[in-house]
Amino acid sequence: MIDPKEIRERMKIPKQPMGEQEPMERIKNFYEVPHGYTEEQAIEEARRCIQCKNPLCVDGCPVGIDIPYFIRLIEEGKFIEAARKLKETNGLPAVCGRVCPQEDQCERVCIIGKKGEPVAIGRLEKFAADYEREHGEVTIPNIPKWTGKKVAVVGGGPAGLTAAGDLVKMGHRVTVFEALHTPGGVLMYGIPEFRLPKKIVESEVDYLRKMGVDIQCNSVVGKLDTIDELLSEDYDAVFVGSGAGLPYFMNIPGENLVGVYSANEFLTRVNLMKAFQFPEYDTPVLKGKRVAVIGGGNTAMDAARTALRLCPEEVSIIYRRSREELPAREEEIHHGEEEGLVFRLLHNPIKFTGNDDGRLTAIECVKMELGEPDDSGRRRPIVIEGSEFTLDCDVAILSIGNGANPLIQQTSPDIKTNKWGNITIDQDTGRTSKKGVFAGGDIVRGGSTVILAMGDARRAANSIDEYLKTGQW
Amino acid sequence: MFEITEKKKLAHLVYQFKIKAPSIAKKREAGQFVILRMNEHGERIPLTIADSDNEAGTITVIVQEVGRSTMLLSGLDAGDTILDVVGPLGMPTHIENFGRAVCVGGGIGTAVTFPIGAALKEAGNEVISIIGSRTKELLILEEEMRSVSDELLVTTDDGSYGHHGFVTDVLKNLLDDKKKPVDIVIAVGPVPMMRAVAEVTRPYKVKTLASLNPIMVDGTGMCGACRVTIAGEVKFVCVDGPEFDAHDTDFDELIMRNRSYFKEEKTATEEYAYHQGQGGCCDEKKTDA
Repeated sequence: MIDPKEIRERMKIPKQPMGEQEPMERIKNFYEVPHGYTEEQAIEEARRCIQCKNPLCVDGCPVGIDIPYFIRLIEEGKFIEAARKLKETNGLPAVCGRVCPQEDQCERVCIIGKKGEPVAIGRLEKFAADYEREHGEVTIPNIPKWTGKKVAVVGGGPAGLTAAGDLVKMGHRVTVFEALHTPGGVLMYGIPEFRLPKKIVESEVDYLRKMGVDIQCNSVVGKLDTIDELLSEDYDAVFVGSGAGLPYFMNIPGENLVGVYSANEFLTRVNLMKAFQFPEYDTPVLKGKRVAVIGGGNTAMDAARTALRLCPEEVSIIYRRSREELPAREEEIHHGEEEGLVFRLLHNPIKFTGNDDGRLTAIECVKMELGEPDDSGRRRPIVIEGSEFTLDCDVAILSIGNGANPLIQQTSPDIKTNKWGNITIDQDTGRTSKKGVFAGGDIVRGGSTVILAMGDARRAANSIDEYLKTGQW
Repeated sequence: MFEITEKKKLAHLVYQFKIKAPSIAKKREAGQFVILRMNEHGERIPLTIADSDNEAGTITVIVQEVGRSTMLLSGLDAGDTILDVVGPLGMPTHIENFGRAVCVGGGIGTAVTFPIGAALKEAGNEVISIIGSRTKELLILEEEMRSVSDELLVTTDDGSYGHHGFVTDVLKNLLDDKKKPVDIVIAVGPVPMMRAVAEVTRPYKVKTLASLNPIMVDGTGMCGACRVTIAGEVKFVCVDGPEFDAHDTDFDELIMRNRSYFKEEKTATEEYAYHQGQGGCCDEKKTDA
């Protein structure tokens, strides 16, 4: 416990700034934007934490990291120990330190934030995890003796990897079935290199493998073995973390013109298939000269900032509400603005038009104004009559959300889903309606964040463990 | 890694590969496909499974050299490996005893017609197959198709073998035979051929299916690259297809979308050809050094 005088001193320390690549420099490359804290900066930032007796930040963390403890370790210069402390509750700290919306979670409730800027918990998390990895100090925790139970995990994204890591640490054998050729899910295909370098994801996956998690790529559950077959052949329980599935389109004319992408496709081509290095890599992507991204969430920002780096003349965001309602993280919006992203707020596309070759040439838009709040509590956008105009554009990227992927449900109709096709679970245990099957992440939530998927997986792993021990459903 | 156990040249630029993939061989049904990625730099390309051998644990794919990736594959031999093979993807062909079924295969599309014809025959249908190509040298799977058909009709555009003309000419004759009504037509081949088949059967109101071959990336519904318009509605070929009612399919849109990367494909192919001409690709050079 820190005495009141010391607390006052600590509260005078300013938040340590994070160095980052200059905007005009970074839009020419795909390297990570922030440089990360130096050791001195990390220690100084850690000193801003007043080590609350009842830390609110821990409650604000979906996986319940012991935040004051790991920060104290950083303050004491015990960086490796800090990383290990993080890993006790978070299998992917280097990822979460980068992509978590800390401003809505731990940092939002930080007491220091009441009077000034909260402790930069996310940056400290990133620092500790990076330090451990870069100093070759990653050690594998002791794995208990095999319990004799086996768990199949469907999907190698944030939810699946978290469940796998937790379960293997409990002594169960775990096999992850990943549909793509590489594990990581949205961390590999969705989030761009400049926000989450792929070598970090690879090293986190490598860590799980070293703990004994078996990862089978190119394995589409439902097409190869079904969940019933997994349960009857080899496995005692199944965790489904198959992620967000089918991208939504707007159902407006011209949507299938060449040059109209879903954000999933555009990002997959660039991130997973490395189209930004075409023709060194074989997968192409249309870079466009004038790119419009439709939507205002984090995925839209990722797509737009990726498009900016492929050197077109203009990249804009088209969003039907105002800046205030943009669902993306403030940090992403800010980075986008710095990089020259144009925001066409209170705009909505009504039609895509193309040339004789079927290639996109323009988007017809209308302007919007905000009316009364709708069911979501946000003010409803209303079309302004007669406001139609045409925006020249040769690549359009739709980032308006995802529906549920049908592959699991097609072959396991006894897993109950809601009207959108997402799997319904018991919130506390992650249990589905099918005995022995648990689920979490976007296949349950529709479209959410990495950390909430990880929180789901953690809860599910605990109840899988309980189920395997007691056999009770 | 997936090993190639057998390679066979079927026609000019057309090769048949048997690939060791036991779990896919066990599960696959007629009409389904796999996605291949040749190496770390490779793109993901969909190929229909032409056949499988559960005992040997192999699947058969047939590929025509058209661009960089298919050239890479065609350059491989038995004993070589393919980095990634995923499947079986897509919905299997709906097989039942329709009665009199006509399978139309154009060019390399016959590779897809073959397993469908076999399954239809197995289900008790009278199977009439029409296979066609530009010229005799390009015709593939004639014997295989004959083995699953009650009657096999062959066409070549140049008249070098079989009926001189298009598959659609022969198909029209069959449809005109009032005594033997056709119950279903399944067409697989170049998109213009499938479009032509749909137009021939439309006035006869004969149910006609086409197996579509759009550009894909993940092949599991995640990206939407393969979207097509069927009866005015957007469908994903990878999860909803690959077979759709040909009378409802917007083939013109499919042709247009398949040309999305026309320029980029040309660059990639030229690059590949250039490096081949240099006596090896860049990766090999790196290894040598």
